[in-house]
Amino acid sequence: MNKEKTAALKYGFPRTIPVMVGYLFLGTAYGILMKVNGFGIWWVLAMSVLVYAGSLQYVGVTFLASMVSPAYGFLMGLMINARHLFYGISVLEKYRGLKKFRAYLIFALTDETFSIVCSERIPARIDREWAYLWISLLNHIYWVTGSAVGNILGGFINFDTKGLDFALTALFVVIFTDQWKSQKDHRPALAGVFCSVVCVRVFGSGAFIIPAMAGILAILSLWYKGKKKKEAESLG
Amino acid sequence: MDKTAIIRGALIVAALAAATMITRFLPFLMFPRGKKIPGYVEYLGKTLPCATIGLLVVYCLKDVDVWSGSHGLPELIAVAVIVVLHWWKGSSLLSIGVGTAVYMVLVQTVFV
Repeated sequence: MNKEKTAALKYGFPRTIPVMVGYLFLGTAYGILMKVNGFGIWWVLAMSVLVYAGSLQYVGVTFLASMVSPAYGFLMGLMINARHLFYGISVLEKYRGLKKFRAYLIFALTDETFSIVCSERIPARIDREWAYLWISLLNHIYWVTGSAVGNILGGFINFDTKGLDFALTALFVVIFTDQWKSQKDHRPALAGVFCSVVCVRVFGSGAFIIPAMAGILAILSLWYKGKKKKEAESLG
Repeated sequence: MDKTAIIRGALIVAALAAATMITRFLPFLMFPRGKKIPGYVEYLGKTLPCATIGLLVVYCLKDVDVWSGSHGLPELIAVAVIVVLHWWKGSSLLSIGVGTAVYMVLVQTVFV
């Protein structure tokens, strides 16, 4: 590997360690779950390599176990993963100018990869595109490895891992704190938490994401309108 | 597994992969390189990251029941530890490591 790639790897790898812990654990749990439902290594690899979306894959176990219609799976997939639309819009500027790995980087934009990439200000000495690639690819590898290991070894693991999946919650809390420190305007962060908490209470934990997204969009749109109006007034 | 089950299963995997890809690629297809991003979308691009991380935090804690069991205390304590530690030291790995360890100890030994 040349210097640029190594430097980008050295920069990217430490940032993926929390995801490594979370993905190896959740991936292993997923692999075990698939095995329990009668799906072997090829099914697990196909899901973890091609779908690569944690929550949908967990729900997908039941889809496969009861052999639902693919159309139903497709619609559920759109709904469960609708939050990815927000990730795309958030990193639009960051990823638009990229050339080499753009398609893969977009394909691999999971919750966790997004959370690392969106808050990262990569120093100029590092090749940005390679740093993004390492972060995305390492996370993908952790997930595939975890699910394969879980599927093969399922049943042999008896270390008490209860609570280990909290690593991913911790990762999001850390990023939330970082963003809070670096932003002057805390309203978007508060709007996100507020809408989500209200929607969990109103719609239940299984159906809150779409209404919460709609609420967030509505509030941000109102603020944008207000901002535009202010700008127009100060000009005129 | 018989042949029809394998085909059906493969179709389900393909459907899930297609749905996921659509949600990830759509924003980039709507605003390809060279096309000017409207002011509104640019504004969303700046404000959505914070709001979305807020949503993800709630998403992780959505099944915590404040009214029964451990009343969400392990989660509350662990989140508080992470925020305080992170505010103070600013090291992501330290905050995540200690926070997760605290949570594991709490759910395995204190709140069983």
